[in-house]
Amino acid sequence: MSNSSLFLVVLITAVVMVVAALLIAWLLSPKSSNPLKGEPYECGIPTRGSSWTQFKVGYYLYAILYLVFDVETVLLFPWASVMRQLGMQGLICIAVFFCILTFGLVYAWKKGALQWK
Amino acid sequence: MFHLEIITKWLDEFLRTYLLDGWALFIEFVLIGVAILAAYAVLALILIWLERKVCAFFQCRLGPNRVGPFGLLQSVADMIKILLKELIKINKVDPFLFRTAMFLVIIASICTFGALPFDKGIQAVDFNIGVFYLLAVSSLGVVGILIAGWSSNNKYTLIGAMRSGAQLISYELSCGLALMTIVMLSGSLQLSEIVAQQSYAWNIFRGGIPAIIALIIYLIAGHAETNRGPFDLPEAESELTAGYHTEYSGIQFGFFYLAEYLNMFIIAAIASTLFLGGWMPFHIPGWAGFNAVMDLIPPVIWFFGKTFACIFLALWVRWTMPRLRIDQLLNLEWKILMPLSLINIILMALWIIYV
Repeated sequence: MSNSSLFLVVLITAVVMVVAALLIAWLLSPKSSNPLKGEPYECGIPTRGSSWTQFKVGYYLYAILYLVFDVETVLLFPWASVMRQLGMQGLICIAVFFCILTFGLVYAWKKGALQWK
Repeated sequence: MFHLEIITKWLDEFLRTYLLDGWALFIEFVLIGVAILAAYAVLALILIWLERKVCAFFQCRLGPNRVGPFGLLQSVADMIKILLKELIKINKVDPFLFRTAMFLVIIASICTFGALPFDKGIQAVDFNIGVFYLLAVSSLGVVGILIAGWSSNNKYTLIGAMRSGAQLISYELSCGLALMTIVMLSGSLQLSEIVAQQSYAWNIFRGGIPAIIALIIYLIAGHAETNRGPFDLPEAESELTAGYHTEYSGIQFGFFYLAEYLNMFIIAAIASTLFLGGWMPFHIPGWAGFNAVMDLIPPVIWFFGKTFACIFLALWVRWTMPRLRIDQLLNLEWKILMPLSLINIILMALWIIYV
């Protein structure tokens, strides 16, 4: 049994579970129609305007920063798994990489990208 | 030690002697699927019951105590009730995305669940890049949450999803960096290999101070990953009704609820696998008698014992701390945990080279 086929089994299991539960619920649940039921829930008050409203631009800054650091994680994992063999030389190389990265974080911090306004 | 592997090996041989190889393989696949589903559902029911019981304990109440002994069947009753609830059709939702969201959330959590080593050989997916796989698959859930909030045609769900997205992606970094220290220590990404290396000393003892710092960072970040406790901003009920799953009704809401509880289990299970030795018993080098007694306890009990200890910690935090504000939440991650985990990686590298 290869891991890929087992992964496929797990994936199919997840899909089957959702579909089966939805099917059971659809068969068992009561069905009634009322135009007011379909209204978006806003604590009883009728909705005004579009629901796709503006949201803070601050979320984008965190998303961009996340992208940088997530790619960095991808780069670091291969080094982490072989760091015993690479020893001091590998550590120095990674330390340089870390310095650049930390500089990025400090820059974002000083620029106020981490400040929620 | 009694490994559950004995049972699966026996089953494998039994099927192969009576059936053709192809059919045996097919039946094994079906059995694996059924086992995962059963474990997933039973664990969810136990966790929901445990949460309510522990919460009641902290608030000097009794908790569920009517249905079954100690209220044990309460969550089963709740599950049946939620299956019987109507699935309300909301006007102007994006029907495709609205349904995709729950699939994504459940797929992310079951795929992560399948990679957990419950015992020697009791692990559905054992990739050689296991830790990486865990990080990759569990981060799929964010996409599901964002889609759920976006497609629901509701202001609250949109804001809840945005908050949730910001929180989950931020804390994922600390999670990844904390797990990286353990990868450095064990020199392998394969989960079964990492557990096997801990037969003499758990990683938290082998790694010394950096490993302890990593465990603390991982528990905080993982707790935030589950959208619970003091970090439950996305579903802050006083501000956003129920956050990103406001418009989901009946079993559709049940999926998000299920995934939330199972994610709590998964985070605790990863912590116990990578830091606390997984299914390995507690051993003290040199104490042969003590080690022999510890070996008598089955590995599955060790695994679940460690995991439920971590879960109890998570519940304790949830019912003790007040909710954070969004700027406090993001500052905690970006200004405290993130620099700390970067320093911790350097510390761990020095620890490995010099100790």
